[in-house]
Amino acid sequence: MRYRLGVDVGGTFTDVLLIDEDSGTSFRAKTPSTPQDQSVGVLTGIEKVCAAAVTSLDSIEQVLHGTTVATNAILEGKGARVGLVTTAGFRQVLQIARSFVPGGLAGWIIWPKPEPLAPLEHTVEAVERIGADGEVIVPLDEDDIRAKLRKLRDDGIQALAIALINSYVDGRHEERVAAIAAEELPGVPISVSSRVLPELREYERTITTVANGYVQPQVTTYLENLLNKIDKKLYILRSDGGLASAAAAAANPVSLLLSGPAGGVTGAVWAADQAGYTDLLTFDMGGTSTDVALVEKGLPRVGRETRVGDLTVRSASVDVRTVGAGGGSIAHVPELTKALRVGPQSAGAAPGPAAYGAGGLDPTVTDANVVLGYLPTELAGGEISLDRAAARTAVQRVADAMGLPSAEAAAAGIVDIVNENMFGALRLVSVQQGYDPRDFALVAFGGAGPLHANALGKLTGAWPVIIPPSPGVLCAYGDATTSLRDEAARTYIRRFSELSDDELRGIFEDLAESASATVEAEGVARADQTITYQVDIRYHGQGFEITVPAQVKDFDGAGAGLAALGAAFDAEHERLFSFLLKNEHELVSIRAAVSGPRPFVQATTLPEGGTDATDAVRTTTDVYVDGATVSATVYDRAKLRAGNVVTGPAIVTEMDSTTLVLPGHAATVHPSGSLLIRPVGN
Amino acid sequence: MAQIIQTATEPVTKVDVDPVTLDIIENALRNARYEMDEVLFRTALSPGIREQHDEFPLIGDPDGKMVVGQFGLSIPALLDGYDGTIAEGDVLLTSDPYSCDGAISHANDWLVVMPIYVAGRVVGWASMFGHMSDVGGKTVCSMPTDAHTIFEEGVIIPPFKLYDGGKLNEDALRVILNQVRQPDWNRADLNGIVAACRTASRRIQELCARFGVDTYVSALDALLDRNYQAMKALLGIVFEDGETISFTDYICDDGVGNGPYQLTLSLTRTGEKVLLDFTGSSAQSPGPINYYINENLARMFFGIYMITVADPQILWNDGFYPLVDVKIPDHSFWKPDFPAALNARNHGVGRIFDLFGGLLGQKNPDLLNAAGFSSSPHFMYSGNYADGERAGEWFQLYSIGFGGIPGRPIGDGPDGHSLWPSFVNIPCEYLESYYPLRIETWETVADTGGAGLHRGGNGVDVAYRFLQPGTIAIHDDRWLTYPWGVNGGDPGARGRKWIDRADGGRQILASKVHDVAVAKGDVLHFVTWGGGGWGDPLARDPELVALEVRRGLVTRDGAARYGVVLIGSQVDSDATEELRARLREGRPEKAPVFNMGPPLEEILANCEAETGLPAPRMPA
Repeated sequence: MRYRLGVDVGGTFTDVLLIDEDSGTSFRAKTPSTPQDQSVGVLTGIEKVCAAAVTSLDSIEQVLHGTTVATNAILEGKGARVGLVTTAGFRQVLQIARSFVPGGLAGWIIWPKPEPLAPLEHTVEAVERIGADGEVIVPLDEDDIRAKLRKLRDDGIQALAIALINSYVDGRHEERVAAIAAEELPGVPISVSSRVLPELREYERTITTVANGYVQPQVTTYLENLLNKIDKKLYILRSDGGLASAAAAAANPVSLLLSGPAGGVTGAVWAADQAGYTDLLTFDMGGTSTDVALVEKGLPRVGRETRVGDLTVRSASVDVRTVGAGGGSIAHVPELTKALRVGPQSAGAAPGPAAYGAGGLDPTVTDANVVLGYLPTELAGGEISLDRAAARTAVQRVADAMGLPSAEAAAAGIVDIVNENMFGALRLVSVQQGYDPRDFALVAFGGAGPLHANALGKLTGAWPVIIPPSPGVLCAYGDATTSLRDEAARTYIRRFSELSDDELRGIFEDLAESASATVEAEGVARADQTITYQVDIRYHGQGFEITVPAQVKDFDGAGAGLAALGAAFDAEHERLFSFLLKNEHELVSIRAAVSGPRPFVQATTLPEGGTDATDAVRTTTDVYVDGATVSATVYDRAKLRAGNVVTGPAIVTEMDSTTLVLPGHAATVHPSGSLLIRPVGN
Repeated sequence: MAQIIQTATEPVTKVDVDPVTLDIIENALRNARYEMDEVLFRTALSPGIREQHDEFPLIGDPDGKMVVGQFGLSIPALLDGYDGTIAEGDVLLTSDPYSCDGAISHANDWLVVMPIYVAGRVVGWASMFGHMSDVGGKTVCSMPTDAHTIFEEGVIIPPFKLYDGGKLNEDALRVILNQVRQPDWNRADLNGIVAACRTASRRIQELCARFGVDTYVSALDALLDRNYQAMKALLGIVFEDGETISFTDYICDDGVGNGPYQLTLSLTRTGEKVLLDFTGSSAQSPGPINYYINENLARMFFGIYMITVADPQILWNDGFYPLVDVKIPDHSFWKPDFPAALNARNHGVGRIFDLFGGLLGQKNPDLLNAAGFSSSPHFMYSGNYADGERAGEWFQLYSIGFGGIPGRPIGDGPDGHSLWPSFVNIPCEYLESYYPLRIETWETVADTGGAGLHRGGNGVDVAYRFLQPGTIAIHDDRWLTYPWGVNGGDPGARGRKWIDRADGGRQILASKVHDVAVAKGDVLHFVTWGGGGWGDPLARDPELVALEVRRGLVTRDGAARYGVVLIGSQVDSDATEELRARLREGRPEKAPVFNMGPPLEEILANCEAETGLPAPRMPA
């Protein structure tokens, strides 16, 4: 028997999924997360799942893991004390932070400016200068920087970042500073900007390099602890949805900031594929926030930026947009305007929604769902018992502040507003990128996703709405079903007239070789590798690039490759902005991505059961929909069979999630276990 | 007065909009407005828009009242001045402040306005203007610092149909673009602005399809009313009936030797309305600094200051306008007579921040910030490459600098930041790869922020080394009068500019110059001003002062302004206590609310000695 093991560490629970690669049989374990040292909880989970599968750790070959260690270090401000080396004259690059102040016209009055990620007192200047063309203008003063690095050592810095002006063109001074630092600061991890992000724009490159150093010690310690405990081949899911070896992940941890959400998207792709869908909007709603992404032909759109909290870095990630809207989001009514606002404040895990009875008094989205009957108190799976009266009291305060006739009316308002906020995020990844959401299916997961999914389907017109099996542990599924991937990139700013097909083909081949060698070293034979190419292009003079795919066979030496790139760019520009310019095209950067084969994991198949779902009915309950109370049938998901049809209003319950099917809609049970919700009559 | 052609003539039915739908529409409008920004940033070519974001979007109701947007333009003013019909598919373009009653305020701003139609009826307006780096005229970037009339400031486009029923007026565009130095920039930026407006139009049409026109338009009324009601309540809370408050600030000079210009703003509440009165401000200038302000813009500015602090999530709009009367004297700095020059109105636009802050802060402590980086100082550099691969090629840069945000009620002012929403600097590496420039320093200057319990942000020193001969132009201010402090805080430092010539000399530059020749190897230092301090500097935590000395944001000498003495890099507590006691003794019991620095006569008398520049003549 061969097993793959997926591990997802969330804020509250660690989910472990063990899959028998041959039969597809899976085993799950859920254990409390251990924030002090996440590896403890992971090991507990692994032991638990092995016991369930009646196997031992020995039979597991690979551990595939999505981690939030890097993310949490940023969000909680608990990363390393980072020292920074800049070019003389640019010590305050993070202090000035491009001079940007968020918010509207008077936004500066109320904006609390975050402190730089590398403190200014630990930032030193190297006397050196390289020009925009790579020429050395001022040679590096080695004695001077050595003395300054010793000062940083005495300051007790825990990581060092080196980011010099124009190093994206020529990194030789950075490499020399790194070599001196290795002598003067033994044991301190060093992040070098020309390796982390060889791209133009000094602030973006510096902050990305510093972020890498900021999370590196924690990530490294965690991975070492885990490797010591499990002694297996360990792979980490990167923000862009690819897998990296533990060593590669530790060397470039800024690429892991969205590892968790990327696992969710990857899991959604896998589950939807089983049900026959590859064009998807993914919708992952948790307690404090919701992540959404767009997947085209089975491939998540990958963006060049990663945002976590206040921090934006230039690092490839699945283009996940996050809104501060979740089950714990608090509803409030500002006195001056009497508007209904939901979030971004959240009741969090403690005290949590009023319905949790843990001291929370503020009305939350979860409380609204309880008041509306969507989360039946008697059916909460035993994990948490819900206090309906407390939820009603909290929501009634909103009704009073707004002058609404009932707690139900206020609750419906809260749910409508939070749905609208999430709809806004889905529009960002679809309509605003030129995609019509009606051409996509909507995959909903996370603890709260299936409860709001049907409503989001109505707003977006994305049908069917797919509720995968075990929507609460989909991230672990994603971890277990993703493939090895590595990417090599190069910034190469040239107008098309300065380029030739031959030159570009040469660069493609160099990049592909570099990434291919890495993947081969991880045990994927060249014959099993898939290579894809992308280039970023703009009109000469524009500030933003559009990414288009490239086919290396087009580069025939006669200009067909460049012509194809230009045409692809124009088509995309027209689609996004509805106009073209006559300006020359300009290449900005080139990437080659090499993937191993997607692991074969046999999907489970539910037994056929016909359309009648009566056998799965548990009871009925009152729900408030469209201004009226109606009776909804409650189903046990574990008892549903392939082909069963659940007609709304209905509630489908399972261990870690609850699905709401609205009146006028029906959910069909797919053999792979997913529920497919569609409007009745279509 | 424009005549709007609508095939649907029956009036929109006013319906009740439930509060949730209202909030949903509010949210959708906000998203549409940010999407407009996004479309333009991604497609623009000029660094001023694509890198710095010098543009302003707006979505209006059927009457053109702003329902979402920000500072800067007035559709009703434009429509009043447009003599012709407007129908579906039309897109108006103008750059003439005098034909739209100051809906825009100088010829560099190109304003696009288009009606949004649903089923033959105007349901709203989409509009946006952006600063074009060059619109022709006698100087590169079209902002001559010695202009006396608008005719020296480039092509002046009266409101006309850039698109007539969806068809582009190619000839007119060709005539316009023939006047400017970088036509491909103007074409791309204009395309981006039109695309952004069309995006807004699509989003509004989608909203109407989803909720129905009746509900959508009624919701706009309700959103406008929400602002009206909120403002009515606020005015009653903040201002006493019958009391007049007043504040005066200055523009240092007008580019042709006169200054400082006095800018005075007063406010009186009478019943539920307030009057904003600009009487007392200087007469119009013979130079280019006049800020031709539309009454609605004054209302807009007032409104955002009042409401932002009260409900930051509100969709701020024009709904409160009936509560605010505005009086702007004719022939004044704020309402000059045609054809007065207007190009350098950016100082007036910026000083509005300080003017409203100083006025409204007197009654609302949450708004009492010190004086900040209230301008958008411009730096321009242009020429033809003299040698190398690009010999003969034309280059032209227009960029905006930033400085110190003032000390604020909530804390310190950020160093070297922008008071303008979403503006950012142009990266050094971008400048060096597209222009013959090397940036030798880009950092904030210690001690330039005013001392205070909450320190003012430091100004910025950017040192540009020129790698090719060319000419530069500068538009700056606050070189003479001080960015004032409040509640005991000190003023910030003033701005300075000089060139270190490759041949050894140093030349001090006036704050408004153009056509200054620079040679290969010359270095320009453009040092912007700091923000004023907020609150008593002697109350600032000495450990924080010591930390800022270690950070290089305050010098050891500068620490003395906080009464802090250091040994090494640590606080000497005894010496600090002693110094603070001594400093407290020598000052009045209660600090005045505003500290504007020395009296104006003294500033003028010391001008040449302190700044190296002659004092300006008092304006007529």
